[in-house]
Amino acid sequence: MIEVKNVHKAFGDRMVLNDISFVFETGKTNLVIGESGSGKTTMLKIMVGLHNPDQGDVLYDGRSFTSSSEKEKQEVRKEIGMLFQGGALFDSLTLEQNVAFPLDMFTDMSKSEKEDRVNFCLKKVNLEGRNKLFPSELSGGMKKRAALARAISNEPKYLFCDEPNSGLDPRTSLVIDALIKQVTEDLGITTVVITHDMNSVMEIGENIMFLYKGNMWWQGSKKEILTTDNQEILDFVYASEFLKQLKPRK
Amino acid sequence: MKLLFNIGRYFILLKRVFGKPEKFSVYYKQILYEIDSLGIGSLGLIAIISVFMGGVITIQSAYNFTSPFIPLYAVGLGTRESIVLEFSPTIVSLILAGKVGSNIASEIGTMRISEQIDALEIMGINSAGYLILPKIVAAMFINPFLIVISMFLGILGGYLMGVASGACSSYEYIFGIQSFFVPFNIYYSITKTIVFAFIITSVAAYQGYYTSGGALEVGKASTRSVVYNSILILIANLVITQLMLVG
Ligand SMILES: Nc1ncnc2c1ncn2[C@@H]1O[C@H](COP(=O)(O)OP(=O)(O)O)[C@@H](O)[C@H]1O
Ligand SMILES: [Mg+2]
Repeated sequence: MIEVKNVHKAFGDRMVLNDISFVFETGKTNLVIGESGSGKTTMLKIMVGLHNPDQGDVLYDGRSFTSSSEKEKQEVRKEIGMLFQGGALFDSLTLEQNVAFPLDMFTDMSKSEKEDRVNFCLKKVNLEGRNKLFPSELSGGMKKRAALARAISNEPKYLFCDEPNSGLDPRTSLVIDALIKQVTEDLGITTVVITHDMNSVMEIGENIMFLYKGNMWWQGSKKEILTTDNQEILDFVYASEFLKQLKPRK
Repeated sequence: MKLLFNIGRYFILLKRVFGKPEKFSVYYKQILYEIDSLGIGSLGLIAIISVFMGGVITIQSAYNFTSPFIPLYAVGLGTRESIVLEFSPTIVSLILAGKVGSNIASEIGTMRISEQIDALEIMGINSAGYLILPKIVAAMFINPFLIVISMFLGILGGYLMGVASGACSSYEYIFGIQSFFVPFNIYYSITKTIVFAFIITSVAAYQGYYTSGGALEVGKASTRSVVYNSILILIANLVITQLMLVG
């Protein structure tokens, strides 16, 4: 469980997050949704400590993170896996070296144990047999999947995904969504997914937080989001004419 | 103000670079990799430049030493001293600042803008130490070897081109390069080289590490690293020369 408590953040005099509080639950895919520019990435970066909030705290299973020392932060981060918006695979390493990287750094696994773990993770994301390829040889969808394999290789307790399916075709998006959901359930971890894709919301949205212009505007499940009468949510959910026609009538 | 800000941030980065490594075996592997990529990878360029510069220095010395009071072996002696004292340590380091420095700045800069550095940080890795320390250590270790090779090839180039062009005879040149040898000059050159190696790698890494924006900024960071490195090498050269040869 990750708790965000009264987080404020401004860049210069531009308020980006205004008093955000939320509880991200264990064993569920927790979604952060909102229009582009609403502060989703900033929120995620504050949660993992790449930005410091101006006020407020983030707690990992009760452990205060924001106010802790750099050393304590590093300990928590060893339990974090993160899938970046662009993948952020290491260019100079092959696929298998990328996936093995957290294992090299933080475990004393033997070579064959690492190999098994790498192949297991690559299989999970449907990239088995591609071990020796470099990131430059992968398509966008493959990069995201490889990055997901790296994010889960050292069995994280917390998984963060920043727009895991932006820029992907609908089919590959579904595959990634399903993978994230499956990994979350298999490992019983706390997963936080940022998205502005309604398909993903309907696929995997168990606990949803809606950010609107830096405010925590609404929270609920994917069932509730279809029936809410909050105007900003409706504008977001039924953005297209096509979806408007599908809107359930009360 | 901007200058002070950059100097301060440079030293804060250095402090992180020399923080405790996560896992020594990983750093060790990185250092070996960097020795190969930064050092061995520059050998060809250095060899070509050294041979030709040695040749030109010899011909120019012979051209200038026309007085009958200067013995002809002075050509060999002069070439050796120019190469050992200045050409190999300083000019070759300036060339490395261009080749290796821009390479480091753009590599680390690209890692920054594509969030690879963030990815390291998220994993709980000291990204500054992991990315920069192996490069600094590798360059400080391998550059002295490169410089010694450059000295040897420079003097050899002087011999080949000096004799071939008739600037001096084989006997005089060989006699010249063996005369009045001061071992301290080699210490002086190696010291300079090690200091320059530290400057080149750390300044280039600094420029790359604090890149923000896109590919355009990576290019700018790479250019800036060459400019600052050149200036800093020249200043350091002056200071070390004053301290070691005069003071
Ligand atoms: N490092 C930064 N410096 C200044 N402004 C920033 C920075 N990061 C994000 N912002 C601003 O904060 C706002 C929210 O950005 P972001 O969190 O990336 O939104 P989202 O991920 O929801 O699209 C945007 O207006 C953006 O311009
Ligand atoms: Mg974003």
